[in-house]
Amino acid sequence: MTTEGKATKLIIGLAVVAAIIIGKIFYIQIINNEYKINASNNSMVYDIVYPTRGIIYDRNGKIIVGNRVAYDILVTPSEVGQFDTVLLANSLNVSVQSIKDKMAEYEKNKRRIGYQSMVMFKQIPPENYMKFAELSYSFPGFRGVARSIRDYPVNAGGNLLGYVSEVDQNFLQKHPDEYRPGDYAGKTGIEAAREEDLRGVKGYHIYLRNSKNQIEQRYQNGEFDKEAIPGHDIMTTIDADLQQYGQELMKDKVGSLVAIEPSTGEILTLVSSPGIDVDMLADISHHYDEIIKDPHRPMFNRAVQAPYPPGSVFKLVNGLIGLQEGTLKPDYTYPCNHGYHFGSHKLGCHGHRSPLNLEEAIMMSCNGYFCYVLKNILENKEYKNIDAAFDKWNEYVHSMGFGQPLGSDFPSELGGNIPTSKYYNKLYGKGGWKFTTIISLSIGQGEIGATPLQIANMCATVANRGWYMIPHIVKASEGVEIDHKYYEKHYTMVDSKNYEIVVPGMWRAVNSGFGSGGTASIAAVPGLDICGKTGTAQNPRGADNSCFICFAPKDNPKIAVMAYVENAGFGATWAAPIASLLVEKYLAGEISESRKPLEERMLQGDLMNRVKAYK
Amino acid sequence: MTNFSDRGMRKSIDWRLVICYLLLIFIGWLNIYASIHSAGPNTIFDFNYRCGKQFVWILTAIGLAALILFVISPRLWETIPIPSYIFVIGLLVAVIFLGQEVKGSKSWFEFGPVKFQPAEISKITTSLVLALIMSQANFRITRFKDFILAAFVILLPMAVILAESETGSALVYVGFIFVLYREGLSGWWLVAIGMAVLLFILTLTTSVYLSIMVLLGVVLFCNWLNSGRLGKGAFLEFGIFLVLCFLPWLQKLIFKPGSAMAELDMGYVLIGIIVVEAAIYLIKGYKSKNRFMSISSLAALAGIILVISSSFIFTNVLQDHQRQRIEVLLGMKDDPAGVGYNVNQSMIAIGSGGLFGKGFLNGTQTTFGFVPEQSTDFIFCTIGEEWGFLGCLAVILLYVSLIYRIIRDAEQCRAAFSRIYGYCVASCIFMHLFINIGMTIGIMPVIGIPLPLLSYGGSSLWAFTIMIFIFIALYRQERKYY
Repeated sequence: MTTEGKATKLIIGLAVVAAIIIGKIFYIQIINNEYKINASNNSMVYDIVYPTRGIIYDRNGKIIVGNRVAYDILVTPSEVGQFDTVLLANSLNVSVQSIKDKMAEYEKNKRRIGYQSMVMFKQIPPENYMKFAELSYSFPGFRGVARSIRDYPVNAGGNLLGYVSEVDQNFLQKHPDEYRPGDYAGKTGIEAAREEDLRGVKGYHIYLRNSKNQIEQRYQNGEFDKEAIPGHDIMTTIDADLQQYGQELMKDKVGSLVAIEPSTGEILTLVSSPGIDVDMLADISHHYDEIIKDPHRPMFNRAVQAPYPPGSVFKLVNGLIGLQEGTLKPDYTYPCNHGYHFGSHKLGCHGHRSPLNLEEAIMMSCNGYFCYVLKNILENKEYKNIDAAFDKWNEYVHSMGFGQPLGSDFPSELGGNIPTSKYYNKLYGKGGWKFTTIISLSIGQGEIGATPLQIANMCATVANRGWYMIPHIVKASEGVEIDHKYYEKHYTMVDSKNYEIVVPGMWRAVNSGFGSGGTASIAAVPGLDICGKTGTAQNPRGADNSCFICFAPKDNPKIAVMAYVENAGFGATWAAPIASLLVEKYLAGEISESRKPLEERMLQGDLMNRVKAYK
Repeated sequence: MTNFSDRGMRKSIDWRLVICYLLLIFIGWLNIYASIHSAGPNTIFDFNYRCGKQFVWILTAIGLAALILFVISPRLWETIPIPSYIFVIGLLVAVIFLGQEVKGSKSWFEFGPVKFQPAEISKITTSLVLALIMSQANFRITRFKDFILAAFVILLPMAVILAESETGSALVYVGFIFVLYREGLSGWWLVAIGMAVLLFILTLTTSVYLSIMVLLGVVLFCNWLNSGRLGKGAFLEFGIFLVLCFLPWLQKLIFKPGSAMAELDMGYVLIGIIVVEAAIYLIKGYKSKNRFMSISSLAALAGIILVISSSFIFTNVLQDHQRQRIEVLLGMKDDPAGVGYNVNQSMIAIGSGGLFGKGFLNGTQTTFGFVPEQSTDFIFCTIGEEWGFLGCLAVILLYVSLIYRIIRDAEQCRAAFSRIYGYCVASCIFMHLFINIGMTIGIMPVIGIPLPLLSYGGSSLWAFTIMIFIFIALYRQERKYY
């Protein structure tokens, strides 16, 4: 083979390789369209159109949470020239320093940002935006984008309503397909409970951008765009006026106030105090630190989460169980000598006449009486030992809605705690405990934890004489369904007739007049037939907690209320007036002249100095 | 200069080569600007950005070219090869211990703001040494001793560069096989290397059986071509070949599914048969003094060893990222978001250019950073997107004419040194061109080597400038004095 020939062969080889490369390039550039389509995917800009969030109404059609417009200020750093920082700051009502800081940050990340627009300020109110808009010609590169944010015409309390905020990384990981960074979602309360209804469906407009990242045109004239679908409006069971009144009554107190319509289980009012002010809710990210650092934990929704000892209101539960088990008859009387004595110990009681029957014991809230009640339940010979009797007791208590979450539609509801024989066996050893060991349970103290919602539900059960509907905050309305379980009656293990026995005691507690020994005379409102039960629960963190449950009217009750005020002393001093005022407001529409001073005292009362802050 | 045979600058320099060179660096500079202009350079001269820096590199490279053409005596290139070769090998080794690690390979020296890769210069020194030793009057590539010497000169830097994990740069040295071919190496070496690559790929993508059948077919075909006769033996071989083709079918026919024989991989049965057959032919060839038959039998055995060891090489010798890139290239894994991302985005960018392209600075794929390494290894994407098929065609034709001119000039050289050196330059440019563009259009795995003269980067530009202009100087000397 000649060397000349080899040169020719090599040149032919070169030509062949060049032809293969050119052929392949020809294929991907001219013949195959796939790459061009993919390229337009790359250069398409999906401009997300956010739906307006559903409006939240109260039970009477009043808006509790609406929407209003605010403006996000966007800046395209590459288009910004010289501008008057002070003028911009004044028109937007932000600090000059914040503008300088942001611009410096954009300058630092110039390469990464390129031609993109950045969100400089969020939620600028319209009045400021208008000022900016008039001057916008002097700020090239800046523009405003309207966004709808939450608006709260009624002060219904942040814990009930919940708030909407930008989704974080954690949330995104839990909902990988539904949300993208920058989306908003309801975080607590009603906003979270009905997030799926409220949020609506995002839409998008597709644009094509050129190499300078400038939007050039609508992709295919908007043929493939998707319009946003607004969220469903939600009708709640809340009575806005009552809720607001409840908020006012609970101001400067720590605790909770819950009102339920007994016949439906609809929550009329749900206050957890201290709460998040609605003024902070719309822009919660700004206030988040402040809220988190508040020693009274406003984010902690006491109404559905706090496991409080129910105190004396729990005597009703024990009484009902005794009646059902047959270990207690209405006419049984027990002595009480300033309490129940066992060995060298005593569970004390206040001074009242003795002995009492069941009705009077409820009316006067006799501790000693209910020690006997629980003793007889637990030492019932029908059960082989105290363990079995106690577990039966536990079963009764559970059937009344305690010891596990009720299943309300409120997110993050907790279940409190009702002890079992197992628990005490573990604590004291099997056979190592007897009635006197757990005597505090007689009067709702000790190892019992119940949330205000559970206690309110118990009150509604008494009002209904033996059944409850699961408390809930959302009513069915057009396009919004609620779970079938909210229409079902849940009967407790105690018969209706036994409930009838305890109701007169509750009536007399309120309506016997001062001096009769009834513990809740302060809650009496002429003509409303309020039935109630006070409770005073020891609080290891300071003064006793004040608790009161009531329903009214006695027959065919319309409302069941539970008030729980931490460190407020006797049930009758704070909780009873607050609960009765709420009932009066709801049933009578306004507070009678004679009770105005009481109302005034409740509204003005500031118990915050009694409360120990969490550390 | 009073030498009457001095034809002067105008005639002695191959201006077409110089023009090709200048056009390519200019195109490179424009496209580097296009690929980064969205990041914010004010002008193409903005020294804070790569386009401005490249301008400086271009100016210095042209200065360097002038130096080589007009100042340095071409005689120098015949005197320094061996010391410079040894010095560069020293640098290549040193960089493993002292170098900067960039993307998994330790191949860069860094002196303040200046970074350079010894592997770039090594191509020049290897070419010079190769030209020097092969131009000796008594050098015969067909002689075993001389062949080993040439192979050693090529393989030594290649091995050190492989040790730096710069697979791409090492692959370029494979191109020197074309130089050896031109200087007398048998063409069968090219066939053998081509077959080795084919078998490797076939084994990984299909089956051992198929690759062995292809190997057998090619060996039989070559033997038949060599003998030029259709004897009785040829018919017999063809018959056996046909039977072997139906081996898997026969297996299914004879053995019950599930039995041990039915589960047996027919590829290995085939290997057994062919090893025996090859051994027979080896002896037959030795007895009948048919050298071709013996060697092709040995080649068939070598091929079988390669097939068996392919998957071993693939899983144990190659690095993870290289293995993944090969898998994606061969379509064994579809992974446009992962390893295949680069190739996919690069093909989208080129494909979206169409016939005429989107126009200078109007590319969307390259400017938004969908394509990685857009001003260095993937610079061809910017050309494809903004200048379209016609732009690609023009650039490739420029390269082809550059390589063609170098080969043509080399052939005209009377001095073997100049000719061999010219072939070395042509081979290096060709390998870079093929690997780099092949990578951007998905016919080669992603191997990071620059496109000569176009890609951003001083050390690459300087190295190719020196390499090309040494040849232009050598050629000028030929024209000047002969």
